[in-house]
Parts: sequence; structure tokens; C-alpha cells
Amino acid sequence: MRTDILIAGVGGQGQILASRLIGTAAILEGYAVRTGETIGMAQRGGSVVSHVRIGGESMAATIPFGSADLLIGFELCETVRNIKRLSKNGRLIVNIQRINPVTVSLGMDEYDGTAMEEALRDVTSSLIMIDGYALAIEAGSIKAVNTVLLGASVGSGYLPISRESFMEAIRSIIPQRFHSINFTAFDSGYHMARHIIAEDVELKER
Amino acid sequence: MGNEAIALGAIKAGVRVVCGYPGTPSTEILETVAKNNDGSIYTEWSVNEKTAMEVAAGAAYSGARAMVTMKQVGLNVASDPLMSLVYIGVKGGLVIVVADDPGPLSSQTEQDTRHFAKFANLPVLDPSTPEEAYEMVQAAFELSEQVGLPVILRPTTRICHACSSIDVSDTREEHVPAGFEKDSRWVIFPQLSYKRHIETEKLQIALSLIFSKSPFNRISGKGPLGIAGSGIAWSYAQDVISDLDMDIRTFKVGTPYPFPAKLAESFLDGLDAVLVLEELDPVVEEALLEIAGSKGLKISILGKKTGNTPYAGEFSYELVHKAISDFAGLPNPDIADPAIPTLPSRIPVLCAGCPHRASFYAVKKAMKGQKAVFTGDIGCYTLGNAKPLSMVDTCLCMGASISVAQGIKRIEPDTRLFAFIGDSTFFHTGIPGVINAVYNQTDIVIVVLDNGTTAMTGHQPHPGTANTMMGNISEKIDIEALLKSVGVKWVRKVNPFDQKTAILAAKEASVVKGVSAIIFEAPCIALVKKPEPLNVDSEKCRACGLCIREIGCPAMVLEENGRVRIEPSACYACGLCGSVCPFEAIGGMSNED
Repeated sequence: MRTDILIAGVGGQGQILASRLIGTAAILEGYAVRTGETIGMAQRGGSVVSHVRIGGESMAATIPFGSADLLIGFELCETVRNIKRLSKNGRLIVNIQRINPVTVSLGMDEYDGTAMEEALRDVTSSLIMIDGYALAIEAGSIKAVNTVLLGASVGSGYLPISRESFMEAIRSIIPQRFHSINFTAFDSGYHMARHIIAEDVELKER
Repeated sequence: MGNEAIALGAIKAGVRVVCGYPGTPSTEILETVAKNNDGSIYTEWSVNEKTAMEVAAGAAYSGARAMVTMKQVGLNVASDPLMSLVYIGVKGGLVIVVADDPGPLSSQTEQDTRHFAKFANLPVLDPSTPEEAYEMVQAAFELSEQVGLPVILRPTTRICHACSSIDVSDTREEHVPAGFEKDSRWVIFPQLSYKRHIETEKLQIALSLIFSKSPFNRISGKGPLGIAGSGIAWSYAQDVISDLDMDIRTFKVGTPYPFPAKLAESFLDGLDAVLVLEELDPVVEEALLEIAGSKGLKISILGKKTGNTPYAGEFSYELVHKAISDFAGLPNPDIADPAIPTLPSRIPVLCAGCPHRASFYAVKKAMKGQKAVFTGDIGCYTLGNAKPLSMVDTCLCMGASISVAQGIKRIEPDTRLFAFIGDSTFFHTGIPGVINAVYNQTDIVIVVLDNGTTAMTGHQPHPGTANTMMGNISEKIDIEALLKSVGVKWVRKVNPFDQKTAILAAKEASVVKGVSAIIFEAPCIALVKKPEPLNVDSEKCRACGLCIREIGCPAMVLEENGRVRIEPSACYACGLCGSVCPFEAIGGMSNED
């Protein structure tokens, strides 16, 4: 298996932990992994991107334009900002949460969510939008939005790594007191994605 | 992570002392050493890079393997001991890890440490992957002891912050330091420097020969065209060559200085043209040009000087793909260009609840209508330059806020000068500027933004936090007492969230004759438990938008009806918005009503 996964969001949303979890789970399944991320100044609420490359021969961690098999968007606008890296048959998991940059609140910029959602629909039909934020709060912490989205990636079948490997990865790199929140969060994303896909199939069959 | 690989490689090589000053993208190296310390390694966050370099030098004089870590601009601070160390040399292996930041992503310069190494006459290793960084740091210790010189390891951001699967050995080399032996070689004198200079130049030739046989420099492939590269650019080149299924002659340069000239000659032999791929300065390109020139080879060497690749900014797969395609006469790749609506920009901002916002706002209010200049410094608070605060008029380098303010004051005596500096930066290089201002009787206000940590780089301890990297409790260095002891007579410590007192303090400080200082003391929000968020009383809110316009807090969202909503996941209940609101519409817990 060779899979390139891009994670896009706003600094502070937990993307780095998400990329670590994917990397750890992939290593548990016997794959070589490369990841690359934005650390430092951009983490203060700026646009951040993590690259995760599983099982390939590439030496560089950065995923070239038009090559990502899966883009996990933690925030709508940041997902759109990175769709250029998605491959032709690429898939999208998007958290519908919108985080307004300060420039929008100050009236210097505009956040056109409708146009952004349209742009995502134009680029691929393999698109799952979920309210990761609500599911994370339900699981016990807003911070668990990253594991919700990972659960959705696995539940949808877009990320070919087993649920069990992710559970093991959570156990090995997240402190124990947060295990149960993250297990719950992962599973709620997992089931939500399965549900969305099943519904869609039903609709198409009718 | 590449930084972790470097740390684990150094531990394996038997390093005994590791010190440094935090700076992106180098910070995690020292943190990883500390995390994996079995108790036999001494680690410290030094007060600045110069100090760190000298501590490491002392350990290496005493026969220990030592390592010092910093970012590229840190090497400027440490360059004084570095330049002399080349003349003195070392006994135990000394590895200087300097992380460069092409882009730059988190720095004020795009300087190339390979050039610095050449300037200093020191060998430099330039890894292309985290795996190679792991190998190189171990080789660097060996080499340093072999030639008696410090060795520079120069990873870049894309190596430091890239992760890969590496098999790490659990065994650790044992290097028992012999201890410091008194010898005239440790005392630098002009006569010694002259003698050592002659030897150092000879060493450069010897090192070039050693490097021609190094596994970090390799030739492969065939044909009349050649590609030479170093660092991450080499990795991009490998990926492109493999994706294009090309057979081309390649030269990987892992030791840019002293240049492996002999190996390079055999690479150039029979080639018509060479494309050089390297980020920042044309170090490999110039070395190849020199060889081609001195050997009278008729080869066109293409790179930055010929406009084939840029000097500024970081490389990417796409950039390298285009450069190689153009060079080999292949068509440019066809990349799909999906339609993207106009997106709002998202630049880094001060966190919601950040005490720096309150400090800046207080001084801004105090100086409203007055002629004032606000000099800034390096840290999270550099972000205070963004609208709507606009409170950073200058930012040069670590510690410069205090000294730059003095220069402006000399030309504009009627302007109020406020120098903003963070606590860690104050200890790093701020103190000499304070003494200079007191000594030369310059009327400036020093504003120390004391949030009790080195926040921007991930919350490292410093002399004002009373704990060290070894986990010891140390005597807390009191900034207020320090300022008073060097002669600052007017010093006020204020909680910036007490806006009334803070504004008053700024007003008073601005009219003090001589140096005055305000210490705005409030912890970084990342260090405190998140309290219950504030909320906006929709009956009291008159949708004037003043709160957002004045402080630009990222937790405040402007709704379509013009009212303001506080995003509960982001709000830290600092209350600054509440003190701005003229209608007292922002309140505490929702269960109040």
C-alpha cells in the first residue's frame, strides 16, 4: 500500500497529534512512514498542514501537488486552501467547523463558506462532511476533534489502516487519562462516516 | 522527527554535555536528549547561544563529547566563540547543530550556515533525510575528534520537522572524558593564532580528501547530463528522477564544506552540463564552478547564478520537477488546477487570552494622541504588530528592542520610546541594552512582557522560571531586582489585565527622566487551566463591534447580524474585551442569569 495523506487546519487544532497517530498506526501495520509538518510561529492560529506518506519510496515528506490520496480537513477554508494537492481520485474528509480568521471579524477579508463547499464538491465526489466539533464535545472534549476525524477516515474506508491499529496507537502515544475520551471520539467519527456512506449508497440504489 | 533522530544519534555517540537556546526549527533536539537522558548526560537551556557554545567548548576542552544546538540566527550570537574555537580546537568531539530555515518559516533571515562554516573554516554536514541526520551526527563526533575541530551539522526545517521510520540502536558508546589538562594551547594569543591558522588551512585540504571518500557523498547514474544536490533539495531531486524514470548522472553532496573536490572531479568527468540543486546560497554551485574553472573543463554549470533555481525561499517537489524537466528538455508536468474561491488570509495571531494583548492595549491607550514609537523584539509578542493593535514598530533581532529605542530617542528627543521585550529574550540579550541606557542616561521605557516562559518555541524554562532542564529548582532571577540593581530607579510590576492600573503605569513611566521599566506579569495561557469562557449578553450588546475593532481577539466572532459571539472553545476569560465594552455586555458564566 502506498498512501499520501494531507491534514489541513488551523494551528492549535491538534493536527500534529493526528499525524503522529496515523504514523504510529501505520508503523504498527508494518509500513514505512514519512511525515512533515508546520511547527513554530504558524501554530499561533495560522494555517497549518501536515503531510503523512505511508509505504512509498519517496525521500521527501512533502506531498506534491495532485498526489494526496486523502485530505483530512480540520476546517473548511483550510481544506479548500489545500485541494491543489489532492489527486484525481483523491478523497476528502472535512470537518464542517468554520474558524473565522481575525481579518474576517475586522472586515478586512470575507469568508464565503458556500462557495468553499461548492469548490470541494467540484473537486471530488468522494467527500464526507461531518460535524467533528459536535462529536468531540459529545465525547468529552473539543480537543478530541482530531481523533473524531481519524475515526471518520477509517470508518469511511478512505484511510486503509485498521481501527485496532489506531486504538493501539492512541494507547501508545496519548496519556492514559485521555484514552477513554479518544476511544469514544474515534468511534463516533468511525460510525458517523459509515452511516453517511451507507445512507448515500441507499439513496443511489433507489 | 529529524530533531529526535539527531538527539538519539548524539546519545548513541556517547555525548556527555548538550546545551543550547530554543529556536525553531532546532528546539526539539535538546528536548529529546533531556527526555531520553539516562542520567549520564548534562543538559541545559543556556541563557543564549554564545553562552551555550562556551559551555559546550569547556566540556570538549575537558575531553567530553559535547553538543550545542541553535537555529541559524543563534549562530550569529554564538559566532564570537565559534570563530576563535577554530583556532583553539577541541579535545572531545564537539558538534554544533545549527538548524537553517529556508522560506523562512519561522525566522528573520534566510542565512545559509554552510557559508558560515566556510567562513569559519569548519567542516559542515548537510543531511537530506532524518535517517541521514541520525548517521551524520554520529559521524560528526568521530570527525571532530579525528581532526580536533568542532563540526557543524546543518539540518533544515524540512529535515528537523520531518518524521520517518528509523531503526535506533539501544547501545551507547562509552567515552570517558580525560578531564581538563592545563596546556598553553587553551589560551588564544596572536602568535598562537598565526600558527594555528597555517595548520587550519592545511586541515581544509586534508578534510576535502577525507570527504571525497565519505559515504555522505555519492555518484551514481550515467549520461552526458549531471545533477548535483544537497540537503532536502537532493531528496526532491531523487523523487523527481524516480517519478520521471530518468537515468542521469547524479552527485549527492552531504559535506558541502570542505568540498569533496576529488570526488567532484570524477563526477564532472565527461559531462556536458550540470544542474545544481540546493536551497539558499550557491555553495555547491560555486565549488563546482571553481573546479571546472581551475581544471579548464568545458561544462556549463547551471543553478542560481544562471537563473535556473532561486536564491530565496524554500524548494519544493514542483520547483525541482520544473528545473529538472527544463534541464533535460522534458515537457513540464501537467498539474490540475482546481477552481478555488477567494479565501481569507490566515496569519498567526496572539492567542485568545494572551496577556501580551492586554499589555500592548494598555500602552496604546496610555499613549493615545502622543508621539510614541514602540520597538519590539523576538517572540510571540512580535505578533503585536498586526492590526488592530499595531504596537510593534520595529523588530530586528533578539534583544534589539531596548537598544534600537535608544538610537531613535537620540534623533527624536520629543518622542516617547517604549521597548517591548519578553522575559526569556530579556535574559538572552536584553540586559546589556538596559545597562547601556542607564549608563548613557537615555529616556526610554522598558516594557518586560513576563509570561513566565519561553512561549513561542514551546514553553522552555529560563532564568526567571526557577527550574532547570535537569529538573532542579534554581534561584529565580528576579527581573525587578535586576533592573533596580543596574540603576533603573522607576520600576513598576503590573498585571496587564488590570487595565486601569496598567494604563496609569504606562502614562507615569513615559514622563520619567532616564530609564523607567514596567514589568507586565501574567502567565502564558498555555500554562494555565482553561477557565469557563465569557459570553455576550445579547440584550446589552448593541452590535457596535468596538471590542473586535479594538483588540482583535481570535475568540470573538462577528455574527451576520453584526453582534459579537464569543467562541467558547477559544475563550480564556481574560476579560480584556469586557473592559473595552462600553455597555458592559460581556460577562462571566452563563449561569449568572
